Amino acid sequence: MTNNQDASTKRKPEIGPSQINLLEKLCNATAVSGDEYEVRKIILEEMKPIADEIKVDALGNILVTKFGGGEGRVRVMLAAHMDEIGFMVVKKHDDNLFEFARVGGIDERQLPGKAVLVGRDHLPGVIGAKPIHMTTAKDRKKKIDVSDMRIDMGPEIGDKVKTGDRATFATRFRVLGPSICAKALDDRLGVVTLMELLKYAPDNIDLLAAFTVQEEVGLRGARVAAYAFNPDMAIALDSTPAYDLPHWDEEDENVQYNTHLDAGPAIYVMDRATIADRRLVNWLRDTAEDLGIPYQFRQPGGGGTDAGVIHKTRSGIPSTSVSVPSRYLHTAAGIARLDDWVNTLSLLHAALCRVTPELLAGERRD
Amino acid sequence: MKSLIQKLVETPGPSGFEYQIRDVIREVIGDTADEIRVDALGSLIARKGTKTDGGMRVMISAHMDEIGLMVTHVDSNGFVRFTSVGGINPLTCYGGRVLFMNGSRGVIGVDGLERGKMPKLSDLFIDVGATNKETCPVSVGDVCGFERPFLDLGKRMVAKSMDDRIAAAIAIEALRRLESTPHEVHFVFSTQEEVGLRGAITAAYGVDPDVGFAVDVTRSGDTPRFSTKMATALGDGPAIKVRDSSFIADPRLVDWMVKTAERAGIPYQMEVLEAGGTDGRAIQLTRGGVPAGCISIACRYIHSPSEMVDSDDVENAVKLLVKLLSVPITLA
Repeated sequence: MTNNQDASTKRKPEIGPSQINLLEKLCNATAVSGDEYEVRKIILEEMKPIADEIKVDALGNILVTKFGGGEGRVRVMLAAHMDEIGFMVVKKHDDNLFEFARVGGIDERQLPGKAVLVGRDHLPGVIGAKPIHMTTAKDRKKKIDVSDMRIDMGPEIGDKVKTGDRATFATRFRVLGPSICAKALDDRLGVVTLMELLKYAPDNIDLLAAFTVQEEVGLRGARVAAYAFNPDMAIALDSTPAYDLPHWDEEDENVQYNTHLDAGPAIYVMDRATIADRRLVNWLRDTAEDLGIPYQFRQPGGGGTDAGVIHKTRSGIPSTSVSVPSRYLHTAAGIARLDDWVNTLSLLHAALCRVTPELLAGERRD
Repeated sequence: MKSLIQKLVETPGPSGFEYQIRDVIREVIGDTADEIRVDALGSLIARKGTKTDGGMRVMISAHMDEIGLMVTHVDSNGFVRFTSVGGINPLTCYGGRVLFMNGSRGVIGVDGLERGKMPKLSDLFIDVGATNKETCPVSVGDVCGFERPFLDLGKRMVAKSMDDRIAAAIAIEALRRLESTPHEVHFVFSTQEEVGLRGAITAAYGVDPDVGFAVDVTRSGDTPRFSTKMATALGDGPAIKVRDSSFIADPRLVDWMVKTAERAGIPYQMEVLEAGGTDGRAIQLTRGGVPAGCISIACRYIHSPSEMVDSDDVENAVKLLVKLLSVPITLA
């Protein structure tokens, strides 16, 4: 699928075995914020043959440009972050038990008992937990602080680990019927979507693709990527939680779900970091409506994407975000639907094909 | 000036949705500015004057957005759940009336709250009078502001969005009265201040000023129990900010503002605010750094639907701003 020299707006991206294989490779790679080397390598290999311009910037972002043809091309930046949440080894104790810190937002309550992979060699370890045999009822009510947890590597293997090494959950990518189960779906789903969009970049725009670093620790990579690209508009491609489980209390309607699985790409109106430009929100909505592509609005509220720093760059950049919904984000294993991913790719590609200067001609308004 | 204030405070404009208030301000400014433009984040930028010898490019920032609410869910019975746009105190929500940008109205209710307990935002809902989801006139992503008419109490004035339309009124009035200036003055009516000074960040980058001032409201320490530890009081004059929790005003500008006020016989008070921030911070941190200051209007009940300011403070703020912009700026 890398040989798309003749890609034109008439051809549409699809998700088949090769895209799923690529996602698998990306999800199983380790790219904890600040050390995105493995994912960067995969992307560079795939994108070099099709990019008009490609570079790695000072922070490690990959900036790919795919020029369109003709006059009046809008410069559209799409950003997907390469990094994922994970851990960093901070201190070695006796018996190769490693004290560690979290990188990015992780709920410590779900860590004990999880298998992890440490360092660039993916050395196996486990975050230890006291077995139930040894705990009291009182123990089991108590939260364990991450400072009291250790990654247990055992002899020999643990000898190869250094302070500063990153670790991730050891979860391997799997397809479960219509679903995908993996670690780091946030944001490898965005990354692979952006790679496909580059392969099928429409002619009416200049596509400025940023595969960003350090999103999970404060949108750091996107800030400099946006400054460098200085685009006319931007969309962050990300993954967002779906907390669409049946509510325990049956009298109560679930009113805080963020997004639903199977409801299509989630278009952002507002999160903690960005109030989306409604011209872009409406353009995405209208595209979906016209083509019968399912979509949903992500519930306005917390969270943030690369759009949070992009829109504040220089004199301001009209921005929004689109996410693939997935359950259990920032845990060892997330679940997303293949159909939501397909629809996200379809919506974005179709919307990009419809970009004209008129989209941004007026003032920001509803 | 009161009719201008009334017009400004009664126009809705929650952060990110400033197009109505922007249109009102643009119309009011008319041809008193030399040039008007709107930037990518929606800030209205009105230029007056050109840089002469000894003049500077000056940015004045008054934010035109206000706090508001955004729909997160409409339930099967047509009740609307919401999240905040900017700093909303649930205490001031219950019983409030809201006006959506699409013209729909509603009231804020609370349910299931224990007696004596403070509500959380998630305990509250908006009732728009719908009987089910299908007939609800608003949906996820729709935005509303509080609806409350302007109240003229003579010396004191009350409104839902004195923060920061009073500054917009001051800036507009200063623009009108400014007869000659050695400076190139950019009056910025900024957006999205309440969610993180976002409009001022991009506007300041675009204007690229030599010096900048925010105009905003500040807390007032003169309510019955004096529990707000502030030296500021309504009626003691416009406040010259020394610092707040996100910004230390350029001390050279503070001195110059004080001296200019004293020379002109304009009453003023000094302000130290321990919590809060203004567009001054955004201006100060632009590009390679910009000397910045802030003129504040003491205001009671900030971020409630009834924010109170003093008419004399407003008039004196206009006088001070016009004076400051009429003379060379010294950074000694």
